[in-house]
Amino acid sequence: MILSLGLRALVLSAVLLVVGLGIWELSTPAVKSAAEMTEYERLMGGADQEARVPPPSQIIARAWEELSNPFYDAGPNDKGIGIQIGYSLFRVLTGYFLAALVAIPIGFLIGMSPLMYRALDPFIQVLRPISPLAWMPLALFIIKDSQASAIFVIFICSIWPMLINTAFGVAGVRKDWVNVARTHELGALRTALTVILPAAAPTIVTGMRISIGIAWLVIVAAEMLVGGTGIGYYVWNEWNNLDLTSVIFSILMIGVVGMLLDAAFAQVQRAVRYQE
Amino acid sequence: MENPFLEIDALTKRYPSPGADGGDLTVFENVSFDINKGEFVCIIGHSGCGKSTIMNVLAGLDTATSGAVTMDGKEVVGPSLDRGVVFQNYSLLPWRSALKNVTFGVRARHPDWSKEQVLEHSYKYLEMVGLSGGAEHRKPAQLSGGMRQRVSIARAFAIRPKLLLLDEPFGALDALTRGTIQDELIRIWSGSDQTVFMITHDVDEAILLADRILLMTNGPYARVAESVEIDIPRPRNRTEIIHDKAYYKIRNHLVEFLALRSKALAEEAAPAGGANGSGPQRPVTVRPGEAEDDDDSEPAHGVEHRNEADVITLAR
Repeated sequence: MILSLGLRALVLSAVLLVVGLGIWELSTPAVKSAAEMTEYERLMGGADQEARVPPPSQIIARAWEELSNPFYDAGPNDKGIGIQIGYSLFRVLTGYFLAALVAIPIGFLIGMSPLMYRALDPFIQVLRPISPLAWMPLALFIIKDSQASAIFVIFICSIWPMLINTAFGVAGVRKDWVNVARTHELGALRTALTVILPAAAPTIVTGMRISIGIAWLVIVAAEMLVGGTGIGYYVWNEWNNLDLTSVIFSILMIGVVGMLLDAAFAQVQRAVRYQE
Repeated sequence: MENPFLEIDALTKRYPSPGADGGDLTVFENVSFDINKGEFVCIIGHSGCGKSTIMNVLAGLDTATSGAVTMDGKEVVGPSLDRGVVFQNYSLLPWRSALKNVTFGVRARHPDWSKEQVLEHSYKYLEMVGLSGGAEHRKPAQLSGGMRQRVSIARAFAIRPKLLLLDEPFGALDALTRGTIQDELIRIWSGSDQTVFMITHDVDEAILLADRILLMTNGPYARVAESVEIDIPRPRNRTEIIHDKAYYKIRNHLVEFLALRSKALAEEAAPAGGANGSGPQRPVTVRPGEAEDDDDSEPAHGVEHRNEADVITLAR
């Protein structure tokens, strides 16, 4: 019996998961149930001298609890995980699409004009390595709104990969294809839309995929700073509550959402890809 | 005499030399020739003599250092739909299907046409090159080299340009495919009044297709030295043309030019560096096919020349 590679990989993944969770579970001794504790023990958090990382069974139970009612809203410090992720996604997508609106046209300009490339290159090279969070104080001061500042931080961190990849893709469009457009007397706009855009699309979408990944990394940190709502705030808030079960659960949720965002862009990439 | 359809006058291309010694690289100089309406003209020369540059100037994709190209009484400036180009590497847009590549050209030519008209016209030309029955929906990467070049030819013919420029269209194809597409090209061309200008390296291909063959000397300082009339009656056929008594006379003449005289003529011109710059001179017209069989002035008879030609053709 020979299983396909995909199936064997799946089986191996499952085995690794079970083994990993098993080791984790066994290395975490069970905590006495609350009923058996004295009041003093309960106040001291389970009578242990040290707090422990919760076992996976607790995390799964918490996940079940949270995911079965993701959209409840019981005041500013108690919102469902769905609402928190919704806030984060809203900020990420808003900042990200604003960045795309700026980065793709400028990328086209830089890619098509060597003059613009040389003129703008020093600015890009200086601004690109700045950690997006370094902009936060300035954004808060100028914008005077924490929500908008978080969106601005996402904007500034997503713009560079898209800008650079668009410029690179546009500049690398094969001369032959541009010549086809020229011999067919296409105007500048039609050449850009019907020849250069589809030719550069795979490179542009690769830039967009990198950007969305970075934006999702940055939003967690940004929300820890600005607070109020969002998955980043949620993680920090649960840390302040010393609820490590929720912290681990939300870390996993950040991973899952990031993976879904990446998968969506992988689909777009597949749609615009062509074979020469 | 009325003006010819296409006039090339004293075309020169120089590239500034990279060093500071001021010595420019002159690829070709004072290239002048005419093409009449409906004519099929091939140009042959060794690599580096600037054939492709001449073609790009005719297409409007490149500019000459000096000289002028006049088509239909108007000077050629920039690319135009009046001049269709078939590139050696096909230049199909790889994200579009074969059909969409053709409609791309048709729509550019006839922006006022309805979608149905564009499709109908495109299908007509795709069928003409033998692409139908589903193959037209494939992307270029899924087509063979021959099929891709057919699409490219269909796209160029479908816009019905006044002048069709073919840049070594069969250079990348195997011999069998090349033969069939040559036949197709003749068939399509004879059914139209299309003027065609084509670059080739293949002597036999040129004799089969052309009304006239222009011979270029070697670069630098290349020029069009001779215009060889091919007076073999049409319709021509690959298998029968070799039995025409003019065929080998023409072939030997061309081979002899490529093997010996293209170099000798270049050496005559080169040191002068502009000695042939005495205004637009048309190339000498030669009719090797009409020469007497026992004419000793005809320089090439031997098999050895033919072998050389095969080397030349393959060695590019």
